[in-house]
Amino acid sequence: MSDADWLALATTLKLAAATTLVLLVVGTPVAWWLARTRNRLAVAVEAVVALPLVLPPTVLGFYMLVALGPRGFIGGTLQDLGWHHLAFSFTGLVVASTLYSLPFMVQPLKDAFAAVGERMLDAAATLRAGPWDRFFSVVLPLSRRGFLTATTLTFAHTVGEFGVVLMVGGNIPGETRVLSIAIYDHAEALDYASAHVLAGGLLAASFLLLLLVYFLNRRYHVVHA
Amino acid sequence: MSAASIEARFRLVRPGFTLDVDLDLPGHGVTALFGPSGSGKTTLLRLIAGLAHTGDGRLLMKGEVWQDGSACLPAHKRALGYVFQEASLFPHLSARSNLEYGIRRAASPLDRAALDHVVELLGIARLLERMPHQLSGGERQRVAIARALAVRPRLLLMDEPLSALDLARKQEILPYLERMHAELDIPVLYVSHATDEVARLADHIVVLEAGKTVAQGPFDAVLSDVGLPVRLNEDAGVVLEGRVVERDAGWHLARVEFPGGSLWVRDEGHGVGDRLRLRVLARDVSLSHAAHTDSSFLNQLQAQVDALGDDTHPALVLARLAVGGQSLLARLTRRAAASLQLAPGKAVWAQIKDVAVVG
Repeated sequence: MSDADWLALATTLKLAAATTLVLLVVGTPVAWWLARTRNRLAVAVEAVVALPLVLPPTVLGFYMLVALGPRGFIGGTLQDLGWHHLAFSFTGLVVASTLYSLPFMVQPLKDAFAAVGERMLDAAATLRAGPWDRFFSVVLPLSRRGFLTATTLTFAHTVGEFGVVLMVGGNIPGETRVLSIAIYDHAEALDYASAHVLAGGLLAASFLLLLLVYFLNRRYHVVHA
Repeated sequence: MSAASIEARFRLVRPGFTLDVDLDLPGHGVTALFGPSGSGKTTLLRLIAGLAHTGDGRLLMKGEVWQDGSACLPAHKRALGYVFQEASLFPHLSARSNLEYGIRRAASPLDRAALDHVVELLGIARLLERMPHQLSGGERQRVAIARALAVRPRLLLMDEPLSALDLARKQEILPYLERMHAELDIPVLYVSHATDEVARLADHIVVLEAGKTVAQGPFDAVLSDVGLPVRLNEDAGVVLEGRVVERDAGWHLARVEFPGGSLWVRDEGHGVGDRLRLRVLARDVSLSHAAHTDSSFLNQLQAQVDALGDDTHPALVLARLAVGGQSLLARLTRRAAASLQLAPGKAVWAQIKDVAVVG
């Protein structure tokens, strides 16, 4: 692997880690709300969260590029405040990836939260646990399988994204050039050997990651049966 | 209202159901919330716990305001214990950690010795290191009861704690509940639609029907009130509490004395001095002017007619009888009542065909 490829790998891992962290913080309350609300708006929110599953990544990427760019709603506001706009930047990539991977974090968490059940929360309340306490002492440990699934899927999905990155981030080494872009470049240049190394590596790593998740989930399952 | 009682007034309207109750519950002993399913028992219990809400209500717990209109103390700030219908143990914690969950959070939980006593009372000492999924349904429920007691509640709420269990498991837990009742001084609200549980445990009873209170008061008074259609499982009857005073090994019988008389019952192996609850159904009591000397009735008591009331069928009447300080109910046909010239104050003999030992 060339130095440029190593750099692309590092950028990819950094992006996936940052996106997963942001989504843990943002996605958890959204999933909690969706799992428990009886608000009629919840259906609309759920549909919005699921949009990235069906939209071509380039559509999402296009709108993100417009919004994060110098004349966009977000990018323009940032510039007015004296900061730089977010198009073709690592930060812009994190923002776009967060939206793009949202369903992979929210849906497993929502299912896990719903499975905890009202009775556990009621029991905790009658044992003097306040709302935050109930979440951390009961909900969190009982949803750890959901967290494991959500975190892994989000991470793996971010590693594998291409269209959004291409639209929002472009191809700046060390900033926005990620593995999927590097593979595309190698294939374009007919350097199939290098493309094989990266593509094969990504395939193997993704498989091993998913294997680990399903193995752990199964083990927890047995413990809780 | 007094500072020692629990005053609960709630009005809750839901589609197809309205709960509207105004209760003054005693601050001691076991109060059964009795009624058919859908009568609002569980909703009432959840309102008292703060797990359900209505803006129209007022709850005074021995002088402490738990709710006044929309001002409502959240459930986790109420000094109560709650036992759910199905075991609600936290599956990720051992039985011991389940107990400690509440202890760590309560303002004044049971101390070591008192906790050991509860653990011993419920017979769960050897189960403490197990995870909930390694316990049987009955064992889980006993741990859940201990967990609720460990926070030292001022009020214990139990929502059909035995309903998810089969008969054998029920029989396993009931004695523990009776010991708890006898040894711990905590007021208990016990939701049930099971006759046998209510008959064994209750001191007071509130009867709910379609969200309304149809009767409330001391258990024996409500049960023997001929003016009220209160039936435990369709069968009118009373529960007498007495003490075993004599055992007849030859006939396998035991004599149980209660204020006002004594009854022979089948000897179930209770020792002399044991307290027992006996259930006498109205249909097992017949009346006559004179004592029978030539019948198969094991028990005959001298009684005085106290009141007469309608039964479920127009051909039948219920007679309430005073036997010493206790009441009995007898069911007879209207024609028999007329030919016996039954009226309040009339002295009669009550022949009792069957007495069930309920606990």
